[in-house]
Parts: sequence; C-alpha cells; structure tokens
Amino acid sequence: MNTHIQIQDLNVYYEKNQALKNINLDIPRDQITVILGPSGCGKTTLLKSINRFLELTDGTHVTGRVIIDGKNIYDPDIDVTDVRKKAGLLSQRPCPLPMSIYDNVAYGLRLHGHKKGKSLDKKVEHYLQAAGLWDEVKDRFDSPAARLSIGQQQRLCLARGLAIEPEILLGDEPTSALDPLSAKHIESRLHELKQAYTIVLVTHILRQARRLADYVVFMYLGELIEYAPANQFFQNPQEERTRSYLEGEI
Amino acid sequence: MKKKSLFQRKHIEECFYMFWMSFSFLLLIGILIFILITVISKGLPALDIAMLTQTPKGGFYLGKEGGILNAILGSLYLAGGATILSIIISLPLALYLGSYIQNTKWADVVRLSLDVLWGIPSIVYGAFGFTIMLFFGLRASLLGGIIVLTLLEIPIMCRAMEEVVRLMPEELSHASLALGANRMETATKVVARQALPGLMTAILLAFGRAIGDAASVLFTAGFSDQIPNSIFRPAASLPLAIFFQLGTPFPEVQERAYASALVLTVIVLTISFGSRWLAQRLSRFSIK
Amino acid sequence: MQEINPLVVERYNAKPRRIFGRSILNKVTEKILLLVSLFPIILVLLIIIALAYRSQPILTHASLWDLVTGKIWKPLQGNFGFLPFILGTVMVTCLSLVLAVPPSLFAAIYLAEYSNARLRALMKPLLDLLAAIPSVVYGIWGVLAIVPLIQNHILPFVNQYLPFIPLLSSHNPTGYGIFAGGVVLAVMIAPFIVNITFEVMHSVPDCYREASLAMGSTRWQMVKSAVIPQVIPGILAGIVLGASRALGETMAVLMVVGNVAQIPKSIFDAAYPLPALIANNYGEMMSIPLYDAALLGAALMLLLIILLFNIISTTILYRLKRRI
Repeated sequence: MNTHIQIQDLNVYYEKNQALKNINLDIPRDQITVILGPSGCGKTTLLKSINRFLELTDGTHVTGRVIIDGKNIYDPDIDVTDVRKKAGLLSQRPCPLPMSIYDNVAYGLRLHGHKKGKSLDKKVEHYLQAAGLWDEVKDRFDSPAARLSIGQQQRLCLARGLAIEPEILLGDEPTSALDPLSAKHIESRLHELKQAYTIVLVTHILRQARRLADYVVFMYLGELIEYAPANQFFQNPQEERTRSYLEGEI
Repeated sequence: MKKKSLFQRKHIEECFYMFWMSFSFLLLIGILIFILITVISKGLPALDIAMLTQTPKGGFYLGKEGGILNAILGSLYLAGGATILSIIISLPLALYLGSYIQNTKWADVVRLSLDVLWGIPSIVYGAFGFTIMLFFGLRASLLGGIIVLTLLEIPIMCRAMEEVVRLMPEELSHASLALGANRMETATKVVARQALPGLMTAILLAFGRAIGDAASVLFTAGFSDQIPNSIFRPAASLPLAIFFQLGTPFPEVQERAYASALVLTVIVLTISFGSRWLAQRLSRFSIK
Repeated sequence: MQEINPLVVERYNAKPRRIFGRSILNKVTEKILLLVSLFPIILVLLIIIALAYRSQPILTHASLWDLVTGKIWKPLQGNFGFLPFILGTVMVTCLSLVLAVPPSLFAAIYLAEYSNARLRALMKPLLDLLAAIPSVVYGIWGVLAIVPLIQNHILPFVNQYLPFIPLLSSHNPTGYGIFAGGVVLAVMIAPFIVNITFEVMHSVPDCYREASLAMGSTRWQMVKSAVIPQVIPGILAGIVLGASRALGETMAVLMVVGNVAQIPKSIFDAAYPLPALIANNYGEMMSIPLYDAALLGAALMLLLIILLFNIISTTILYRLKRRI
C-alpha cells in the first residue's frame, strides 16, 4: 500500500482526559479512508490531528508524530498554515465565509498568491465545477454565499477546500446535516475526487462507510481497534468489538 | 366567599401594578417627546441660512450678527479627528481581544481597564487632558480637544466593537484557519467582514458621544469665533456654543444657543437612526 | 472511470507559490497588538497618577479630614472646605435616584415581562435616543422647561401648602436648585437603569415563569415571586451604575442647579455639586495658589468614588451572568 500519512505513537489529552491512546496508523494515498466508531471514541480528534486543528482548543496536549511526505507536521519549525494548506477540511455544518460565492472560492487562492484576473476566474470556475456547483451559481457569483441552500453551501465549502490545492481531504461527517439528495451529490463528488486526493472521512453512518470506503479504521474509547481494506473489514472483522459494532450492539 | 375575595385581590393587585408600569413607560416616552419639542420649538425659529453658514460677528458672547458655523465645523473637526484616531486604536484592540486572546487572563485585565475607562466621567478626562496639556505646554486648541475626545471615545468604541466580535461563531474563524490562513488574515479578512455592521455602529456611537460632550472640551479645546484653520488654535464646538451663549442678556446671542441645540440634536438623532439603517445594509454578506 | 477526471488534473499543473512575508507579517502584527493592549492599562494608571500628583499640594496644606468636612470655601483666603459641594453632589444624586428608580424599574418590568417583541423593537431605539442626547441639550431643556415649571408652579404650591416639611421649605425664589438638577439627572440615568434591569430580567430562563403560571398565578405574581428574586443583585447593580453616572454628570446639572456654595437645607435650595465646581472654575485655577490642586483633588476624589461604584456594579453583574 502506498502510504501518504503515517501516524506514530499519537496520544492526545484534553486537560486530564486522554482522548487518543497510542495511535499507530498508516493512511493510504489516493483512497477513501473511513474512520468508524461509536460517538465519543475519538474519531474527530484523530481527524483533526492531521491538520493540526487540535491546538485551537485550549488545554489540548499532543504527543507523538504525524508524518506527511516525510516530515512530522508537529515539528516546531513547521509553519502550521502550510500544514493546513495541504489538508482541506469539510465540516459537518457548512460554514461559508461572509463574502460572495466567488470570493469564498477565491479566498484560499488569494491567500496563497493568486492575483486578480482571468486566471483567477478560470480557477474559481474550475473548482466550482469539481464540486458540482458551477451550473447552479454561474450567473450569480457576486451574490452573498449566505443565500445558498445548505446542500449548495456544503458544495461551496468543498470547492473552497479544493481551491487551496491540497493533497488530503478531511471530512468530519460532511453529509450528516444535509438532505439525502445533497448528501448523494457530495458522496459522488468524493468518489470522483479520490483519484487525485487522499480522503479521510469520519462518519457514524455505516451504510455510507460501506458505500464509500476503500480502507476502514475502527476506533473505540480512544483506541485503535482494527484497520483493514474495506472488503476485509466488513466481511471478515477480526476483533470482537468490531463485530459488536457492525451488528449494532455498541 | 373567601375564594372570591382572593381572586379579586389577585386581580386588583395586577391592575394596580399594570397601571404603574404603563404610566412609567409612557412617562419616559412623554419626556423624550417633551425634550424634543422644547428643543425644536426654540431652535427652529432661530434657524436660517445665515445661522448655518456664518460665524458670529462681533464676538460670540456679545455680537448680534452672524451664525454658528464656527461651532458646527469645530464640532465636526473635533469629533471627526477624535473618531479617526480612536478607530486606529480601538479596531485592532477589539479584534485582538475578541478573537486572538479571547479567554486569557490578560484579556480579562485589558477588558477591566477598558471598563474602568468607560466609567470615567468626561469632566475627569477634561481635567486630565488639561493637566497633560499644561505639562507639555500646549494651549487650549483643536489638537487638545481631539486628543481628549479620543481618550473619551476609545473605551466606548472598543467595548462596543469587542462585543460584536465576540458574538461571532467560532466556526467562521475555524473555516478560515482550515484553509491555511493565519490569525492575522483571519481577523482582517473574515472576522472584520462578518462583524462589519456592528463595527460601524460602534464607530457611530462613539462619534455621537464625542460630538455632544462639553465637559471634556471645556478645558482643552477652548472656544473661538472663527473656524479653526490650524490644529493649534482654539476651536468652537456646538455643546459649548450652547453653554456659553445661553446665559446672555442679548436675545440674538441666545438664538445662536437655541440653533446650536437644534443642530446638535438633529445630528445625534441622525446618527442614532442612521446607524441602525447602515448596520442593516452592511449585513448583506454576514452569516447569520 | 479509470481515466483521471480532467477536472482534477489541473492540480498537478499548479506551480507551488509562496508569498514570503505572510508569516512575518503575522508575527509582527501579534507583537504590535500586544503593545496596543497595554494602552488602556497605562491610561488608567496615568490618569490616577497625574491627578494625584497635581493635587498633592492641597494635602500638605490641610488634612483630608479638614478638606472633606470643612464648610468654608474661600480659595483666596486659603479656605478649601469641600463639605457644601460633597453634600450638594450627594443630595442631587440621591434625589435623581429616588425619582428615576421606580419608573425605570416598572418600565423595565413592563418591557421584559408584559410587552411583545414589536413593542420592544420600538422602545429600544427610543431608549437609545434618550441615552444619546447630549448633556447640554438636557441642560437647555432643564433651563427652558423644568426650571420655569418649578419656579412658577411647584414652588408656589409647596410654599403654600407644605411649608412645614423641613426638606421642602426653601428661601430660594428661583427654580434653580437641587430639585431641578435631580429631575434632569433622573431622566439622564433612567435609560441605563432600564437597560440593565431589562437585560437581567430577560436572561432569566422561561422555565421559572412557566412553573409559576402553571400553578395559576397572575402575571404580576409570577414576576414578583419567580423572576424578581433572582435578579435583585442585577437590579442593585443597575442602580449603583446609575448612581455613578449621576455623580459624574456635569453640564446638565451645572446649568440648572444654581451653583451656590452653601450647605443645602432643602431640595429647592441651590447647591454646587463637585463636577460643577470643577467645570466653573478651571479658568481661575492657575491664578490662585493651591486652587488647581484643590480642584484636581476634587476630580480625583470624584474619580475614585465613581470607580468604586463601577467596580461593585460590574462585579455583581458579572457574577450574575455566570450564574444564570
């Protein structure tokens, strides 16, 4: 397996509670990896350790290494904004920035050096198409992003995240706030995008995991229980707790 | 029988208090209207083009001719200059307190100081300003007035701004940070945008307070018949124009006081209502 | 679907770009902001220190006790008795509280518990307007409307029917006095008291109200027993805050209170509150020895008392907000 992200000896503490216990995991490149588990097991914490979002909460303490492209992203001389540029985050509740649709997508592009002009316009169009939103907004770029429906907003957040040209896409239950049609839309986008991006998703919907996953990671109470390619995981789970979870008991 | 009287008592009590509540409520509104009517009825007859476009001729206290242009422009320069200086300090400070160091002990200390400054009456700012001016050998002037008004405005503006910034949902800054922006970019491009209506309201609020203040400029800006042409000369202001010209034996001079009162009230009214309208217009892009 | 989607290919063609200086700008800004955050603290200290320094001479001239209890104010002769001014300040402030608090509380209760959202939306701008009216405009209203009212209607009435009440009988024929000051000041502090009382009442959760109403109480009974007991500290805080605004208010009071340095014996007597003293005499401050120290000392005294009130009030409100 071609590994993109290596997580080594990761331990995360929120004040006195240990949220993640000794995680050792390799995440494959250009595949959809799904993190499963009952609520409170640390899925989101694990996800947020990849783009260094944990440090936004006070009282968080992280030990261990997360290695992307050969470098430990928790190294003191790494610029955290570079790390976040590499990994785009799609949150559960879509959060458009207080700007027009165009500016939302262009935000990341402008941050990282693109100037106004035709090339910027082309890129904005390109990423809106990649997110499947282009047709619906092509004649109202300058209207406020706040006016879009929630499904459209989530696709806008996807376009925005793609525009920073990341290598990794992180999704924190990206469809749970959406109606089924919009959810399907996002899922098909992700399925297409995995050809060029390493995607890590957190979900509590087993059926979504079955639909999307190439690789599955199962967590329980902060510990890594089992991880395997999707077929193997769903058809032949090795651990007791995995089986209980798949049968709906925990 | 007992039940009935208890029932009656309950409701008599209710009516009694309802009466007093409605009365108080109407009293406050009535007084507001009373004040406005007093100011308008005295000021309107005194207003004409000459009043608004000329400076007092023959001295503001004795001269019978001319108008209040000195005070109108003086007030605009004083409050305008102070507001601009105040924005330079308050806006970054509010963004810093509201989003960078929100919940730290240092933020609490700074906020406490701002609250203390907010409560200081303008006469004390005036006395302090006067002391500082003496120390530096400055005379009563436009500059002195602007500096003291800036000190007066900063706590008001900063407090109001910080409140708006703090109310912002965290997800917005997170969304920006997730795209690889650093704190400064997030604060200026996202937080400030979202909070823009509230920030404008804060600015107008502080401006309105400054333009109406007399006690602080009394010591520090002086008064003059002329429109200030240098920041080192004294400047007239509308509140002092009222104060100095009200108690005069000459009715023409008194007219100037009434006109100043009306102009000042109209300015404050416009700001009060205008800021609401402006806030609504500016919230076009804000995420609810 | 094995062919790479052209929509995605673009990414590989992008040249890596860097803006140098983003990170430096971020770090520099953070340092500058830290410095700016020192400003309020330094200013507070500076104000207190500057006033204390300039008022020092008067404290070597006479003891604090003598200054505060002295009745004679003749600066030319070196007599600096502040008692008349302190009493004037206290009486005007107390009167304004007596006049302002009951209507403000009732109005706030009405807004918080009885009115609908539309009425509240209407009232808020009006209250804001009352709070925004400048002090001198209140003063001019006082001079044009309240003083004549007192002089022509209230005083004659009181002198004719109520001369036996000591606090009300006065030899002051004009309407300029503590009563006028109290009325004007009351209107000025009312919006603050209404706002704070409204805020604390509004933040009481509805479950308490529902519990009381479900047992068949009238609205007023509900307010009296379920809401008000919880917000008494908040109401007190509002009153204390109103008092501190009243203490510091200068211009409006100055214009209607008479400005006579005497110990007032009646609410219709003229008085001379501290802020008015400072404002009226700054011109002569520098020409009479010790006058500036005395006046700046008065300013310092006023400042410290107001600060005390403010800190008490804010602490109460802060604790209340955390509880609810």
